[in-house]
Amino acid sequence: MATRRATEVVVRALVFTCGWLAIVILAAIAIFLLTNGLRSIDEVGLGTMLTGTSWYPTSDNAQFGFLPLILGSVFVTGVALFVSVPVGIGAAVYLSEFAGRGFKEVAKSVVEFMAAVPSVVYGLIGVAVLIPWVRTTFQLDSGMTALTGGIVLGVMSIPTVLSISEDALHAVPESLRQGSMALGNTRWQTTYKVVVPAASSGIFAAVMLGLGRAIGETMAVLMLTGNAAVMPTSVFESVRTMTGTIAAEMGEVVRKGLHYSALFSVGLVLFAMTFVINLAADLVLERQRKRWRR
Amino acid sequence: MNRVKRARLTEQIAKTVLGLMAVTVLVIAAAVLIYIVSKGYRAINWEFLTTRPVKLGREGGIGPAIGGTVWLVSLTALFTLPVGILAGVYLSEYAARNLLTRSIRLAITNMAGVPSIVYGLFGLAAFVMLANFKVSVLSGALTLTCMTLPVVITATEEALRQVPQDLRHASLALGSTKWRTVRKVVLPASMPGIVTGSILGLARAAGETAPILFTAAVFMSPQLPRSPLDRVMALPYHIYAEVTSVPNWSEDLIWGTALVLVAGISIVSVAAGVWRSIQRRKIRW
Repeated sequence: MATRRATEVVVRALVFTCGWLAIVILAAIAIFLLTNGLRSIDEVGLGTMLTGTSWYPTSDNAQFGFLPLILGSVFVTGVALFVSVPVGIGAAVYLSEFAGRGFKEVAKSVVEFMAAVPSVVYGLIGVAVLIPWVRTTFQLDSGMTALTGGIVLGVMSIPTVLSISEDALHAVPESLRQGSMALGNTRWQTTYKVVVPAASSGIFAAVMLGLGRAIGETMAVLMLTGNAAVMPTSVFESVRTMTGTIAAEMGEVVRKGLHYSALFSVGLVLFAMTFVINLAADLVLERQRKRWRR
Repeated sequence: MNRVKRARLTEQIAKTVLGLMAVTVLVIAAAVLIYIVSKGYRAINWEFLTTRPVKLGREGGIGPAIGGTVWLVSLTALFTLPVGILAGVYLSEYAARNLLTRSIRLAITNMAGVPSIVYGLFGLAAFVMLANFKVSVLSGALTLTCMTLPVVITATEEALRQVPQDLRHASLALGSTKWRTVRKVVLPASMPGIVTGSILGLARAAGETAPILFTAAVFMSPQLPRSPLDRVMALPYHIYAEVTSVPNWSEDLIWGTALVLVAGISIVSVAAGVWRSIQRRKIRW
């Protein structure tokens, strides 16, 4: 009896520790990024880095301006959303409101497959197919552009946008649809007047999560955007994203040096961005969940 | 044209346009699959799968990369499963409905959204440098563990929630302690969901490159690691390194590598899904 109670206490402690681990890890990530980035924040200054327009980390007079990298990420992500949002939401609406059961089942496994393909493989496909295509179609000197990376990234974030939008549409109570149809609306009228507005916050969350996924994606953009760390002016130019910069340069820096530290600061900015995006998406989703629970 | 006719026409147009978008997704996925298979199948043979790369990977096989990925994923599973399952048990069985639980949930969904390269940075700072595990399988697996944990926790919690309350009450009424109830009744009943969810998460981890970039991966290594403190080759990193830093990389071999990776992930995922549906049929409430 006593041993059983002892086990209970030990297990309880263990279970609670594991339960709280998520918070500990998340906090640890923030702390490690901050402490390792501290040197660059100290020596260069966070404001100077965030507003600096040149990234020359290895020259004698090293410059650590994040703007070219942030803009690079923004350009690539913009293109990606342009691809993933209409296709993802459109397909989700079709699957949820119009598609037959068989088609739905097939589509579900297909989307799961798309989500399971590693980003480095998407990058490889981009290298083989999209880089030559972009170069010849737009008659550029190089096919490694923000557009190239963005298109592939868009395809990669379709599963996120699609499945979360579909969940949101699915959560709309059937009675709303029936009410609308009973009033004489067609299926499409029901869809855009009733179902989509009712699911709008969930669809918004889907777009946010797709955005977060796209900003944080590393390997495909690293292989496809050409990685020129200059201020971009159009999507037909080579860009370097925040993620790509970290991945490309961290292997060659002096550990604990200024450049090393600056890369951690880039990571911190990236972390903060995705944190805010995910938090927003999560709060919206939570509100929607509460709304239909009644 | 009267209103009814116009409404029918709009309905047709809308349905077609939306349907086309859905078909586009299917076509893209099919194209990706067909492309990988058609470019990669030529390289696949026993020698390719077992021997080591020659001439910086332009010739030879990918044996050490396959082995390295298996090492990384196994060690990741070893760390993730116990911790993730216990965390899921906490959320489903022990956690009170309060602000703390809410924050934990928020932290878990947020962890799932942290960019993989940020996990790489964290792994470098925490495991490679601070814990001094160097660039090694251990550091890489710990980094991948942080990434995979949210998947395992969520899968476990969902599976546990599907076990009816009656079973717990019956066990407690028979005098079992809480942990005994969890271990003997709740966990066995929810195993299919937990195992499958975890396998899907681990399969995803096998394809990750960014987290192991500076924590575990090495470009060329003739043999498998002899201890968890050795560096490893890994399939996704091999693809990346060949494409970006080896001039005249062999198309056949790299597409073969991609095919091995995608096929491995898909086969394991599908098998896990099938196993779950078989197990589910056995359990009836």
